[in-house]
Amino acid sequence: MTDKKPVLRLENIVKTFPGVRALDGVSFSVMPGEVHALMGENGAGKSTLMKVLGGIHQPDSGTIFMGDNPVVMAGPLEAKAKGIVFIHQELSLAEELSVAENIYLGELPTKSLGRVDWAKLADQTNAILKKLNVGFDANTRVGDLSIANQQMVEIARALTVDAKAVIFDEPTASLTDSEKVVLFDVIADLQETDVGIIYISHRMEEIFKITNRITVLRDGQYQGTVETADSTEESVTQMMIGRTLDLSRTTSDHALGDMALEVRGLSCGKLYQDVSFEVRRGEVLGFYGLVGAGRTEIAETLFGLRTPSAGQILLDGKEVHITSPSDAIARGISLVPEDRKGQGLILGMNCRDNMTLPQIDALKSGPFVAEKAESKIFDTYFKQLDIRTPSWKQQVGNLSGGNQQKIVIGKWLSMHPKVLIVDEPTRGIDVGSKSEIHKLLRALASKGYAVIVISSEMPEVLHVSDRIVSMYSGRVMRTFTSEEVTEDTLIQAISGIPAKQVPDAGGVAGSDRATPVPLHS
Amino acid sequence: MADITKQQIGAFLGKQGILIAFFAFLIGFTIANPKFLTPDNVLSVIRSSAILGVMALGVTFVVISGNLDLSVGSMMSFSTIVVLDLHDKIGPALAIPAMFAMTLALGAFIGFLVGRLKLNSLIVTLGMLSAIHGLTLTYSGGKNMDIADKEGTWFSVFGQGEALGLPVPILMFVAVAAFLGLVLSKTSFGRKVYAVGGNSTAATFSGIPRARTVFICYLISAACAATAGLIQASRSLGSQNTVGQGLELEVLAAVILGGASLLGGSGTIFKTVIGVLILGFIQNGLLLIGLQFYVQFIVTWVIIILAVWLDIAAKRGKLWSQIA
Repeated sequence: MTDKKPVLRLENIVKTFPGVRALDGVSFSVMPGEVHALMGENGAGKSTLMKVLGGIHQPDSGTIFMGDNPVVMAGPLEAKAKGIVFIHQELSLAEELSVAENIYLGELPTKSLGRVDWAKLADQTNAILKKLNVGFDANTRVGDLSIANQQMVEIARALTVDAKAVIFDEPTASLTDSEKVVLFDVIADLQETDVGIIYISHRMEEIFKITNRITVLRDGQYQGTVETADSTEESVTQMMIGRTLDLSRTTSDHALGDMALEVRGLSCGKLYQDVSFEVRRGEVLGFYGLVGAGRTEIAETLFGLRTPSAGQILLDGKEVHITSPSDAIARGISLVPEDRKGQGLILGMNCRDNMTLPQIDALKSGPFVAEKAESKIFDTYFKQLDIRTPSWKQQVGNLSGGNQQKIVIGKWLSMHPKVLIVDEPTRGIDVGSKSEIHKLLRALASKGYAVIVISSEMPEVLHVSDRIVSMYSGRVMRTFTSEEVTEDTLIQAISGIPAKQVPDAGGVAGSDRATPVPLHS
Repeated sequence: MADITKQQIGAFLGKQGILIAFFAFLIGFTIANPKFLTPDNVLSVIRSSAILGVMALGVTFVVISGNLDLSVGSMMSFSTIVVLDLHDKIGPALAIPAMFAMTLALGAFIGFLVGRLKLNSLIVTLGMLSAIHGLTLTYSGGKNMDIADKEGTWFSVFGQGEALGLPVPILMFVAVAAFLGLVLSKTSFGRKVYAVGGNSTAATFSGIPRARTVFICYLISAACAATAGLIQASRSLGSQNTVGQGLELEVLAAVILGGASLLGGSGTIFKTVIGVLILGFIQNGLLLIGLQFYVQFIVTWVIIILAVWLDIAAKRGKLWSQIA
């Protein structure tokens, strides 16, 4: 593609917001038929750059070229008219309408008197769907499609305009492996048509599978563009964060303390049955299993959001009945929930107030909230967790994912919990913050916290945990120590293959695996 | 630089837009009729806004907690009728606490339905608007309520009295506003109201009891409606059953004009006070420039729609939304 001209070229784009230089001289070009990855941590400027390209923001300086001509994207409609098409992470489809209606929304073919020409609509749509090789037809209701197929509808919609450049923003975030394969096929087909493709993703393996070149941004600055074939995951990560992500195994460097939490034969209806485990102070206990295996539900039970149908929970050796989240908090159990924005934070509230929310009743001076004490708490964790925000007054919704997660973690650390449960600690968080949060979890354990980490990412579980509870379909399959666990045995366990097929039972018996006998059966 | 300045102006308008609009109205009406900004007229506007204002203060809590309260108009009628009736039966000193207790019971019932049973507040309070109206009519037998001895009662002090050179209704409005302003902005309860309204799930996950917080918001709203009923009863010493009819919409308008979001999580007592005053001054100004009373209903709503539009426009920095 050396003698071809770029379909799209951005030159020295600068965009400032009050107090932030979001883009600082970014240049970037896409060749026809190229898949060009745009990478960077959250907050690096990817979204701002795409908003400039899509006409949502106007750059302070710099030029956008399409072919040889400088263009101005005055608004989203103009960008679309010029052939810039976005496939967003969050889908924007009308669920109650058919596939065909969604694809041609606003441009439905009509007969006389404005009547919709349904036959023509179906023909046009099916022609596009055939190109995409999908298993549904024009008349299917969009709400009945899987997320992956809904994404195909978005792509089909993109194909109806004369697209010059198609931007995929985290397209695989909610796709299964087989659905990804279909998506990558479609992207390969698009390449054939000489469209330029910009592909934004955090997932390295995808980047290396399908892209031709990679452009990296860091803190709004252009870090460079490399040929994918000449790069490695390490070198790209290095460009993104200035260092590499450490996912080596953990070896515990400190003695374990007393038993903090013991769970015996806990069941909750059909969600999970007969679950037993224990966590000591100074230990990270990982929970690994497929979505729906019951991990999150166990966390919710410990946090007082669900009532167990059988079994015992012992805190510091004493049986407790946890009736509500405020009860759990008072007993020293904290939960960093899996849905950060929906469950963890009040996005419209400022950083400090979010952090002090659980103990707001205790922070009093006279009848009022002691704002000085609040600021002191915020400052402590602002420094300790290295939270990047211009001030405590910033609304949490304006922070990057990693910093939001640190606010949630800070919120619970300030309560000095006995047991800290962290559900999906790094979901939707960029590489740099991921490794910071991993380090933080280990540091908390060494300070004597009992930490439970629930994760769907195996490297993460293996990296942070001292022991790992594997779950399958609501049951604990086996508890591994970090010395004995291997990726294969862990996968076997969470796929429901009984532990006796796993060799080396001696190692298990000799380990710290005194799983108590359930009292209820 | 020009761009930053523009954004700063946008941010300033977004925050202070309602105050600017307020002063624009004052100046506009004063030019149209010099009588508008005389002390007498200003005091009379504030005094006539006091009843609506006190109700709006309570509804502000409910709206920030992410709910609606359309029952306050009926509740105010109820309080007025009850306190007037009891005045002659058990004397004003007992009638007032008895009326407050009965109105708070209604508020507690709504708070239970919306807070504990998690029923939709629009449906519940719309239903209660009608139910409480029926309750008032049942209580009074449909008759107007009058105090027998209008000259000889100290009860008239709340609506007609003066202290510190100011009418008592104004003082009561200011006192309730100051008290509730502190509760909302300075206490842990106030913080919980914002938390529950901002994201009730996340509030629950932080150990904030949603049900109790919402419950207390409706109690506050009922207490404010009862206070408004007290002022109303004391001012006229006699009343129809329908005295508060339609006020719920004006109250809501004042709260929205002040800039509280109907989605919950934002708004302040100060802003609501400004909203109440804007509404009062607009209605008064329209009369002074000679418009028929009936036109007020139309103009008021046009201005509210304009205010909401400008508020959104300031937030997104553009008058028109480009994304349909």
